[in-house]
Amino acid sequence: MEKTPGVINERSVGLVNTRHLIFEKFTFRSGRTLSPVTLAYETYGTLNRRKNNAILIAHALSGSAHAAGYHSPHDAHPGWWDIYIGPGKPFDTGQYFIICANVIGGCSGSTGPSSINPETGKPFGLDFPMVTIQDMVNAQMHLLSHLGIEKLLSIAGGSMGGMQAIKWAIVYPEMVNSVIAIATSASLSAQGIALNEVGRQAIMNDPNWNHGDYYDSKGPDAGLSLARMIGHITYLSDRHMHEKFGRRFQKEDLPLSTFKNEFMVESYLHHQGNKFVDRFDANSYLYITKAIDYFDLKKDYGSMHEAFANVTANFLVISFTSDWLYPSFQSKEIVQALRANGKNVMYTDIETDMGHDTFLLDYEPLKKNISNFLKREFERISKE
Amino acid sequence: MNALEYPGHDLIIAETAPGTKVLDLGCGDGKLLDRLREQKQVTPYGVEITEAGVWKCVEKGLYCYQGDIDEGLSDYKENSFDYVILNQTLQITKRPAYVIREMMRISRNAIVSFPNFGYFKTRLQLMIKGRMPVNILLPFEWYETPNIHHLTIRDFRDFCEKNGYPVKKERHFSITYRGETRISSFHPNMFAQYGFFILNGEGFAE
Repeated sequence: MEKTPGVINERSVGLVNTRHLIFEKFTFRSGRTLSPVTLAYETYGTLNRRKNNAILIAHALSGSAHAAGYHSPHDAHPGWWDIYIGPGKPFDTGQYFIICANVIGGCSGSTGPSSINPETGKPFGLDFPMVTIQDMVNAQMHLLSHLGIEKLLSIAGGSMGGMQAIKWAIVYPEMVNSVIAIATSASLSAQGIALNEVGRQAIMNDPNWNHGDYYDSKGPDAGLSLARMIGHITYLSDRHMHEKFGRRFQKEDLPLSTFKNEFMVESYLHHQGNKFVDRFDANSYLYITKAIDYFDLKKDYGSMHEAFANVTANFLVISFTSDWLYPSFQSKEIVQALRANGKNVMYTDIETDMGHDTFLLDYEPLKKNISNFLKREFERISKE
Repeated sequence: MNALEYPGHDLIIAETAPGTKVLDLGCGDGKLLDRLREQKQVTPYGVEITEAGVWKCVEKGLYCYQGDIDEGLSDYKENSFDYVILNQTLQITKRPAYVIREMMRISRNAIVSFPNFGYFKTRLQLMIKGRMPVNILLPFEWYETPNIHHLTIRDFRDFCEKNGYPVKKERHFSITYRGETRISSFHPNMFAQYGFFILNGEGFAE
């Protein structure tokens, strides 16, 4: 099938490459050490002389280092946050230096369960160490040292990306000027864990999964695709699904006497599932969802208040009213802990029907607030 | 600066000591906080219910929380702020007694200003016309007013006395035809359009 190439215009960062940083060794929170470890990353814009315009973008569950621009002129789609990153966009590459890295444990160029274990010459599979949000942050920290950046203007992310952003501000307070945390939480709800577990079970119950050892044969595509379908249900709101698909059929004239007649929403989910297996590794899906589930600031620091006690960054926290996966009250918990600690925080609960995935969509209120926040933070830092 | 559009701002700015920490409850578009930062070098914080207001605050670089004003006040420690401001907002709060109590706890100075329902024109409208007053202070018809707790200057004084809140200063005022703020010290409950109180919150750290 002929693909229509995306548009490269003056608002696009244009053609970009994923680069790879290899560091000698990396010790996970679990205590395991791997060596060497690769981190895939991309950068857009230019680091200024004072090195105070760097922004780290942290991706969500299924993201990659490819946040903006195109890898080739024939690419149908740009990077996952291209709407927000580029010249004149909220993460303005004319002003800021933007960095995005694939998380450790991922499958888009960074070391993860599908990478070759140098000790055995075979992919790690389930031999890969458990990954935590903190591990993702530590790996990014190596990247920043490599790039010679001592302090970030900001770190931004939605969903799991927001968890990384918050963790950054807590663990390396001296390195973070500001945080943009979107549709995120200090810990996933029981409902969120439940849905992640159903996804994991879909993978593990696929006979092709074979306890994670499937790299020489056909992988657990059916399971991974099903996991992705479940995920996509959680990213949308009831209302948005209704508006987007309603009860319409893919083909209106088929008789209802067979299973073959597809509702548009079914077709959408199948499409998302099928598309996903081409680019994502099932074991990575298991590891990363578990990292999300285990993330718990309250538990790690004793209380929310304690968790944010040493933070120095200024925060912009954004939630969406129709997000039921990371509901607004969870963002408020973060904001309240920051306020109680006397920290600087802006919080807006944006009214939208588009659910959790709003942060990936072309949405003016989100663009405007990110853009204004960064502008002010950059002004403030430039005066220092 | 239009005093009519932003009643109380000039007075609040005049009463605020420089370099202090200020929380504005119901800060709207952040106009007051912005002026306080500019003219008095305060560290400003705000709470605002509307998206539009909060987004304006983000634009101005003001740290603002989108929510009900009584939401999350309990997060703050005793005497966290030099001033907590409740300007033209008391009459629309759901739990005014709770809000004032929390203001007393978290601030050294609680500044409260509200449209005075005892103002003679308001009284006359009700008495002579027999209709709910609609005027420059209370520009809403009864069916669309956000005001749910009307009060007079005398009511608020009684309220403070009853709860043991020490009144530090009263600066009741009206807005003149030329749009200027004028202090009304002569029978304010009758002749001041707005009540203006500064309460001493120092001793209210529980």
